[in-house]
Amino acid sequence: MMAVQQHNIEDLLSLFKMMTLIRECEESLVDPILSGEIRCPCHLYTGQEAVAVGICAHLRHDDYVFGTHRSHGHFLAKGGDVKKLIAEIYGRQTGCSRGRGGSMHLIAPEVGFLGSAPIVAGTVSLGVGAALAASLRCEDRVTVVFFGDGACGEGVLYESLNFASLHKLSVLFVCENNLYSTHMPLRECRPDDNISRVAEAFCIPSYRIDGQDVLAVFETGKNAVEFCRGGNGPVFLECLTYRYRGHVGPDDNIQGCHTDIRPQAEIQAWLARDPIMGLENALIDAGMTSREHLEAIKSEVRSLVREAHERAKSSPYPDPDAIERYVFAAPGA
Amino acid sequence: MMSQVAREMGDRCERLLTYCEAINEALFQMMDADPSVFVIGQGIRSPWYVGNTAKGLLEAFGPKRVLDTPVSENCVTGAAVGAALAGMKPVVVHPRMDFMLYALDPIINQAANWYYMNGGRLSVPMVIWGIINRGGEQAAQHSQALHSVFAHTPGLKVVMPATPFDAKGLLVEAIRDPDPVVFVDDRWLYGVSGPVPQELYGTPIGTGVIRRYGSDVTIVASSYMTHLANEAARHLERENIDPEVLDLRSVKPLDRKLIRESVKKTGRLVIVDGGWKTCGLSGEVAAIVGEECFGYLKTPIVRLALPDCPAPASASLEASYYPQPEAIVHAVRGLLKES
Repeated sequence: MMAVQQHNIEDLLSLFKMMTLIRECEESLVDPILSGEIRCPCHLYTGQEAVAVGICAHLRHDDYVFGTHRSHGHFLAKGGDVKKLIAEIYGRQTGCSRGRGGSMHLIAPEVGFLGSAPIVAGTVSLGVGAALAASLRCEDRVTVVFFGDGACGEGVLYESLNFASLHKLSVLFVCENNLYSTHMPLRECRPDDNISRVAEAFCIPSYRIDGQDVLAVFETGKNAVEFCRGGNGPVFLECLTYRYRGHVGPDDNIQGCHTDIRPQAEIQAWLARDPIMGLENALIDAGMTSREHLEAIKSEVRSLVREAHERAKSSPYPDPDAIERYVFAAPGA
Repeated sequence: MMSQVAREMGDRCERLLTYCEAINEALFQMMDADPSVFVIGQGIRSPWYVGNTAKGLLEAFGPKRVLDTPVSENCVTGAAVGAALAGMKPVVVHPRMDFMLYALDPIINQAANWYYMNGGRLSVPMVIWGIINRGGEQAAQHSQALHSVFAHTPGLKVVMPATPFDAKGLLVEAIRDPDPVVFVDDRWLYGVSGPVPQELYGTPIGTGVIRRYGSDVTIVASSYMTHLANEAARHLERENIDPEVLDLRSVKPLDRKLIRESVKKTGRLVIVDGGWKTCGLSGEVAAIVGEECFGYLKTPIVRLALPDCPAPASASLEASYYPQPEAIVHAVRGLLKES
């Protein structure tokens, strides 16, 4: 049982609300994807909400975050606008990337979300560079880079850990270990299922935590962000988590179909440890709030998401005549 | 006519610098003018990696802004991209272009695409400085000139100065530019000396320059090849042939107008490129002429580029691998005989 009593109710409700927003947002995409209304490949974050939310709760707007192919949750948790997210996924001009990026290229510089990109581990070094920028300017900003277990197969991760440690950069490496690198189970990718140990070779403090326990992420995240902000160098967090949907799109795990790669018992075991449900039950059991209140939050979030879909669908597509706009920022280029 | 040529090269300026001193001056002045500019890369502290281009920078600006790095091209270039996204203006140096291939992901996937794929929200103001370092029997992995690889990619600009004047001017413009610019120089040019004004100036990206005005044939060159073309032109003058030598300076964007106007005037075209022939710069220039002023051509186009073969080691092979002025002279004579 989560020790909710050690936290104040505002923080707890804020974690609950953000996780619910991400969940509702992701699940709201399922039907439009299946019907073909949304065509852009979406790597849904359902199941992993506690990681983005528990970490980003400690970040300021001027801290930096870089994401991956599966970054709807990171974008929202850092303060990105849900309307701009949904519009981007529908390929509209009103999207956060004006319809040029889609689900895998989200950005919200106004809240420090400097971008997400699907080249596995490709944004890890970018995050190190943003932290280097802060260090050169003697700022106390923290940079968080989210990446999956798959990124641990890429050499640039190790170059980045080395460089960040060498220069004591304020970067928090967050590995979301969801046990599958697309289709391939972790045990077939690595001789050791403990990823956090890789950071030890670079003298980086590392922690392996339950990514389905939002309070565990929140508490470790708080210490990690404070450590980074204090100029003590990088921290590595491995968060054990699970995606409920497919690698891409909603339907990898419809039983009996050719994309059914994960054992049903495994899926059920993880569903039973749902991060939102866990917090919800703990809050109610501790008498800190009522189920009605939490339902009201869910309903509020649902209408936000519904409104975002309606707005997106009535927004214009980008003008085909402007296809070459934004190749260069320089005027006249 | 000559005065026009000289003006482009910083005439009336009697101050001479070598090509590598001109790069050094550009770095020095830009770092002095803008605290967000910093230099990062492997060997920046070592005189044998980057020649004298970084001389005095460490003493003047300190180790934070003159950042020598471990051999981690992918991470270091990615870090430069990230720093640019976070408001800095990094110059990331690759003392040999060959090693820069480790950084294709941050250069092509990330830096080149970032501004477009976020719909113009955040650009990547950085310079990716790649040095061509070849000859001397260094063989295939210590010789490559990869400008065409980068010019192929949308979102990247590619410049290749031939003179000390443009080495400074183009590096200054590359640093000022809000987009990622690949700055390609050639160690064979580092000792070349020429007029360089002391003041801070820029050579506009995307503009070529006529190095020698002529009427019989256009020789399009860039970087080190410009000097070979000039040398060939001096030979040809003695045979009463009047070639025009065009220095591209920017591989991307190309100065299409300058190329077109020259070919319209001369009706003949020889393209000299220090890169490979297939799918390269020489093919691109030929295609532009084919598309935009085909009717003005009196003869077929000739391309002199590296053969589609890795750089060999042995001096006997190297001698026939790299274009020589004689080959340009020979090609021009051939074209004039044809028409």
